Amino acid sequence: MTTSDTHRAIDAVWRIESPRLIAGLVRIVRDVGLAEDLAQDALVAALEQWPESGAPDNPGAWLMTAAKHRAIDLLRRNNRLQRKYEEFGRDLAARLEGAAPDLDAALDDPVGDDLLRLIFICCHPVLSTEARVALTLRLLGGLTTEEIAHAFLVPEQTVAQRIVRAKRTLAETRVPFEVPRGADLAARLSSVLEVVYLIFNEGYAATTGDAWIRPALCEEALRLGRILGGLAPQEPEVHGLVALMEIQASRLRARVGPAGEPILLFDQDRTRWDHLLIRRGLAALARAEKLGGALGPYTLQAAIAACHARARTPEETDWARIVALYDALAQLAPSPVVELNRAVAVAMAFGPAAGLELVDALASEPSLEGYHLLPSVRGDLLVKLGRSGEARAEFERAASLTHNARERTLLLERAAACPRGSAHP
Amino acid sequence: MRVMVLVKANKDSEAGVLPDQKILTEMGKFNEQLVKAGVMLEGEGLHPSSKGARVRFSGRQRTVIDGPFTEAKELIAGYWLWQVKSMDEAIEWVKRSPFQDGEVEIRQVFEAEDFGPAFTPELREQEARLRAQSQKLKKGS
Repeated sequence: MTTSDTHRAIDAVWRIESPRLIAGLVRIVRDVGLAEDLAQDALVAALEQWPESGAPDNPGAWLMTAAKHRAIDLLRRNNRLQRKYEEFGRDLAARLEGAAPDLDAALDDPVGDDLLRLIFICCHPVLSTEARVALTLRLLGGLTTEEIAHAFLVPEQTVAQRIVRAKRTLAETRVPFEVPRGADLAARLSSVLEVVYLIFNEGYAATTGDAWIRPALCEEALRLGRILGGLAPQEPEVHGLVALMEIQASRLRARVGPAGEPILLFDQDRTRWDHLLIRRGLAALARAEKLGGALGPYTLQAAIAACHARARTPEETDWARIVALYDALAQLAPSPVVELNRAVAVAMAFGPAAGLELVDALASEPSLEGYHLLPSVRGDLLVKLGRSGEARAEFERAASLTHNARERTLLLERAAACPRGSAHP
Repeated sequence: MRVMVLVKANKDSEAGVLPDQKILTEMGKFNEQLVKAGVMLEGEGLHPSSKGARVRFSGRQRTVIDGPFTEAKELIAGYWLWQVKSMDEAIEWVKRSPFQDGEVEIRQVFEAEDFGPAFTPELREQEARLRAQSQKLKKGS
């Protein structure tokens, strides 16, 4: 093996081991920043020694031992750890000097509790959303600051600052390293799921930047979701979110046309959908539903996505079921956008007149003012009702509101296709 | 990226001998690690080649050859589909698998992006048309 081969192998080991390594170290030293520094030091030691000695049989245990030796060195010489030492008394030293079985236990973490605790800490509500996202990608995704900056189109310095500040906040507010229980769990879990879905959407919705961004962030979010599914299998919304992401990701390659133009759901070539991801999504949805109880917002959205995924052609879509699911979602998480989607589903299930009634009820909704999809949907329903004069005006209005040039062209084409001045039926 | 991990057949797998309890337990643990790391997409084991068949092409002629096939080392006994960040990560995971002998092959799965500029919009369109046609054929059958 050449040195560069070894370095690439070490990168791969780091990718696999660093979350568990950092999680195990946080449990011992109770400080996220310090734990990451120790893990990094262990990585440097590996880069120095493995090219000479070859990679060890159990690289994870090797890194943990190296990190602990480093911690003990620091404990003897460094104020930072000295302070921790005073906080925890001899306990810390005992944990660091711990016998071999303890060392294995520290890394083994068969239940994955350390990792789950680390996820909860990275997504703690004391941190800003940006900080949660950056810290999660860094500590759990093993992404470099540069990669995160690249993905979110912000300067590297900004991301580095966010991470430093986040670690400081966690230390200062003494956020406990634990899996929340009872009533606290629901709120904390929803914060975790929000971060994962945000990462996914950042990738899914990316319209700028290079091609690397979209798949990489979606894949990272999916991986985090799948890991969470293994760590917290009893939480239906975890599986709901995984199902939602798997099904949405299944359409990634069908969403963009040859010239880079967006292709809407009904116009997508469904043979280009990724059926492996659909199958995985439907399985995750089934797990969420099997756990029982009222369906949460992610599971409901996944169930709606699943209705589309199951339909081999747009005509096969089970619109009545989609309406029922939107009803439930509107009760749980009411929003004008959910209402608008519900109106579209109602129109598909029960005819355009029923849908139009719901859309008209949204006309005075202030948060939808300037939202191009409202007139666009209204125009669509008016066309179906034969009121093309009104439809034309709606499409023109929608075209004036959208910021997307391709979409504007499309809307103006639709407007032009409506015969002017046709009388109301 | 996705990789397909191909587990080669051996005398036992070809003879239809099921792995013993110890190997099954270790393999179960390994699979669990893969799932928990968010790496595993799917994986299946295959029946011995005695239950398989080959179709050989020569111009318009098709010849069906029933299994078993003799060259055990070249046969596949099972596969995984993994989502990893790099080939190196896939190699690192394979090293951790509990196999004691034989060989495992790792192959990268093609994505449309891999064709680069050579995969022009026209080719994409052609591919889409082909997929649509094959779908129609499937429905028709």
